[in-house]
Amino acid sequence: MVSALGIQLGVVGAYLVVALAVGLLAYRLTSRDAEDYYLAGRSIGTVVLLFTTFATLLSAFTFFGGPDLAYRAGPEWILVMGVMDGVLFAILWYVVGYKQWLVGRAHGYVTLGEMLGDRFGSTRLRAVVAGISLFWLFPYVMLQQMGAGEAIVGLTNGIVPYWAGAAGITVFMIAYVVIAGLRGVAWTDTLQGLFMLGVVWLAVGWVATAAGGPTALSNALATNNPEFLALGGGLYSPQFIISSAVTIAFGVAMFPQINQRFFVAKSSAVLKRSFALWPVLVVLLFVPAFILGTWAAGLGISVPEGANVLPVLLNEYTPVWFAALVIAGAMAAMMSSSDSMLLSGSSYFTRDLYRPFVNPDASEAREAWLARIGVALFATLTFVASLFRPGTLVSVGDTAFGGFAQMALPVIVALYWARTTRTGMFAGILGSQAFYLAHVFVPAVEVGSMTLFGATYLTWDYALWGMALSALLTVGVSAMTAAAPEENQSRFTDGLRAD
Amino acid sequence: MTRVRIDYRWVAVFAILVTFAVPWFLWGDSRVFAGLPLWLWWHIGWMGLTAVVFHLFTRTAWDRGIVGEGR
Repeated sequence: MVSALGIQLGVVGAYLVVALAVGLLAYRLTSRDAEDYYLAGRSIGTVVLLFTTFATLLSAFTFFGGPDLAYRAGPEWILVMGVMDGVLFAILWYVVGYKQWLVGRAHGYVTLGEMLGDRFGSTRLRAVVAGISLFWLFPYVMLQQMGAGEAIVGLTNGIVPYWAGAAGITVFMIAYVVIAGLRGVAWTDTLQGLFMLGVVWLAVGWVATAAGGPTALSNALATNNPEFLALGGGLYSPQFIISSAVTIAFGVAMFPQINQRFFVAKSSAVLKRSFALWPVLVVLLFVPAFILGTWAAGLGISVPEGANVLPVLLNEYTPVWFAALVIAGAMAAMMSSSDSMLLSGSSYFTRDLYRPFVNPDASEAREAWLARIGVALFATLTFVASLFRPGTLVSVGDTAFGGFAQMALPVIVALYWARTTRTGMFAGILGSQAFYLAHVFVPAVEVGSMTLFGATYLTWDYALWGMALSALLTVGVSAMTAAAPEENQSRFTDGLRAD
Repeated sequence: MTRVRIDYRWVAVFAILVTFAVPWFLWGDSRVFAGLPLWLWWHIGWMGLTAVVFHLFTRTAWDRGIVGEGR
């Protein structure tokens, strides 16, 4: 046991150190590109754009939350993630991403808040957008720490406590951003993404072979969990599938690190290629990751309290070192995607909040230091919050995605409808956030035959109703109000040129 | 203002791609093929098809609904 623990910790530790070294090296070798990125030169190529976006998927939500859900409720989660990420998000990639890219290129925007603030002539709107984004980034970064803590518990069978895993990833996350600089992140995302994609497939092959092949596994499933093979049932109602897919897809498009990538593509060719490759990449990652969780259910794997199914399954069916390698890889990938999030979050903070409101004349160096301190502080706070374990990985992730999703429709309306007004934007964004926050935090109350602040209305998730409200308020209030004199109404519609 | 053409055929195509990424017509079906549920095979195939259609979109209709026809 002690020797197994030694191997596990050795592999995890060594992998993380190597990942950090690679990050540092990648930063040194590519400093010019990376510098461009920090300075928002629009120079990110297809592979890097695709993988930094992909890296967001390489989060605790995918590696640990998803397989857990598949283990408990069946593999339909693959469909949710497929529809949402492979199809809906790809369409948003065009509708929001390409449009933002064109607008951003014409006017030099780097953040979502900056773009909206300029169009509506309002620094306050800019700050509101940045503030809301940072608010919902918080639970998502926290999710990575929870995932790491739970992964270590599962891998070491509880010998290493939850808090140690969460603390470990926090320290590495901060080190990554501070040492490897604020700039080398995109490249390490790519390396880690490729590594994880390969390793997940190896894991599927290994488990399938060790357990007698896919047919034996599906037979085991048919015996132990026959309901898992049938489409739907249990948790998975059509409403659940649609609500989850829609809110997550729209939420992802508003994620700081994703949304910011929309501005940085080198050319529209980059956006086109990424767009078409997206569904394939999504299937390649999600099918193996979630099928592992499903198989674990059929094999009768039992998961200790507070752990994830994936490490437990791998420990059972693959050698100790391999299981540790997968977990280390997942943790490192989670870390590098958290870095992307922290990085974009810090640029929202410095560009949209600090500069306009606190110190417009801050030097570059001062801004860079402030960003680093902000990152360290943010990661420490999310770590503390992660110790309270406020929910499962999927529920925490879902809440964060839903919060971002509330901003998506007002942004889309603003991008395409020149008659949108500033008042309409405030109404749409703040109104839906108030509605959504109330449903997250206020306990459900019965009023007559209706439940207020419950999880659903008429069986549909409240996040979806919040989105409808956001669109209604934006369009309705815009129609009733006149544009303020400082607004640039034609900013998003006129003078856009294709490549 | 430049006129932006919305191509409803592509809107319909995208709507179909989204709708049938989940094989609703196999709801409750538990047939298994080569170790994986049949509905999962549908999904995998559909995503492949989606990638091909998306590629065609980028080749023939990119800019539709976003950039005006010029002139």
